[in-house]
Amino acid sequence: MISIKGLKKEFITKDRQITAVDHVDIDINNGEIFGVIGYSGAGKSTFIRLINRLEEPSAGTITIEDNEITNLNQNELRIARQDIGMIFQHFNLLWSRTVAENIAFPLEIAGVSKEKRKKRVQELIDLVGLTGRENAYPSQLSGGQKQRVGIARALANKPKLLLCDEATSALDPETTNSILDLLVDINEKMGLTIILITHEMQVIRKICHRVAVMENGKIVELGDVLDVFLHPQQPITKKFVHQAMGNDEDENISSIMETNSEGTLLKLQFIGESANQALISQIAKRYEVDINILQGKITNTKTGSYGTLFVQVTGNDSEIESAIKYIQSETSVEVEVI
Amino acid sequence: MFGNLKTDELITATNETLYMTGIALIGTLILGILLGLLLFLTSKDGIWENKFIHIITAAIVNIFRAIPFIILILLLFPFTNFLIGTIRGPSAALPALIIGTAPFYARLVEIAFREVDKGVIEAAKSIGAKTRTIIFKVIIPESLPALVSGLTVTAIALIGYTAMAGVIGAGGLGDYAYFYGFQRRDFDVVFVCTVLILIIVFIIQFIGDLITNKIDKR
Repeated sequence: MISIKGLKKEFITKDRQITAVDHVDIDINNGEIFGVIGYSGAGKSTFIRLINRLEEPSAGTITIEDNEITNLNQNELRIARQDIGMIFQHFNLLWSRTVAENIAFPLEIAGVSKEKRKKRVQELIDLVGLTGRENAYPSQLSGGQKQRVGIARALANKPKLLLCDEATSALDPETTNSILDLLVDINEKMGLTIILITHEMQVIRKICHRVAVMENGKIVELGDVLDVFLHPQQPITKKFVHQAMGNDEDENISSIMETNSEGTLLKLQFIGESANQALISQIAKRYEVDINILQGKITNTKTGSYGTLFVQVTGNDSEIESAIKYIQSETSVEVEVI
Repeated sequence: MFGNLKTDELITATNETLYMTGIALIGTLILGILLGLLLFLTSKDGIWENKFIHIITAAIVNIFRAIPFIILILLLFPFTNFLIGTIRGPSAALPALIIGTAPFYARLVEIAFREVDKGVIEAAKSIGAKTRTIIFKVIIPESLPALVSGLTVTAIALIGYTAMAGVIGAGGLGDYAYFYGFQRRDFDVVFVCTVLILIIVFIIQFIGDLITNKIDKR
């Protein structure tokens, strides 16, 4: 487990003092993908760099397993860093080294023998899907491929923790998806804990288990990704959820009601697992009703699906009523008659 | 035309120029890298940030870069005499040549190191690299093309300095052109020496560019 307590970072410039990270307390579980989201300037980049002390904290403690990172001297810190992988927005590869040599770099630092190095590098190249590009130089690779090299390099010494500093922000959406898939893959295969920071809610939605929302150096909201998506509390969180979902359904309800005055209009809210069931067709089979889907959106998050459907149910009144009762009692879908 | 030329003297003079340039270049390379590294590491936000050492080093570099070379040779006469045992001949020119060009190269080295991507140095730190590893496996390899092209520029400046040293008796093509050409009014000697120096300069530039392009994988 990673335990962060009272973490604080102040920058002192000539004319003022800036608190980039302000009293952050978080516990991160092993094997978890933990996301921190915030706009630029929120302090998230400083926050992730405090974890491996690329920035020195002004106050607070960071404990990874039983190792208090904030208490280590420079030499101990160097050793500890070999267990913490990190990937960067701009990849930060050595252009003077080939793909294989870049990946071998952390192994050289850790003093791994040449034979073992070669074997491990090949494993990593296969893992990140760069087989055949071993001897290419970074300048010959695409952005996505460069990040794959970055990931392989970060994983070379089999770390327990991977820090991702805006790792997909310089990539196009499709490449972002493939890199996110790779991160999920290594998280599941190797049980690696991942802390990532991003300004894109899509990234959080796709791969994170839990999310912290950061604003002005403080964590303003923290919870399971699904909960945060369903019940965002803070205005900034609502903005991020909106960014990922495009929540404009509410505006259109009145026009839906006008054009579909027949039958009963239902608003179905899907939370978690239930979106995987074939709810609509089940109701249509069980009861003598017709269901017409008017509008809606269902989105998958790492811990389940969530979204809203507006449906028009026509048929016998009593059948409609029992259909509604069925949804309420047998499924976790929230139903509302409009 | 060219009646005053003696081939064996010309060959000796060329060899002396090549000798002075070659040895002084090696000295300049070593001293320049060390000084440049010191400037880079002790600078603000550097790995060994140290204002005091930085200012001292920068002052030494600036002073020796500012002294005109011909005066520097004269100033260094006692030092040269102590070190080499004479103030005449190609070997006696070496201390002045190295001390004259190393500070110039040191600045080029510092600039080359500063051009290395900060993110890459940070990535090396995040992996747990020692400062020594960062210097030898990150900073120097990543700045190698700039170090080589800087060395090319320095080598060409160095050839100019050897000619100047020649005028006060260091030997080489400058010496030959001045004493055997200019002073005897044998201008064909001056002309041939000029052509030979130009050829050496072009060859050095060509080799420097070739190596720079070969090692630059950006």
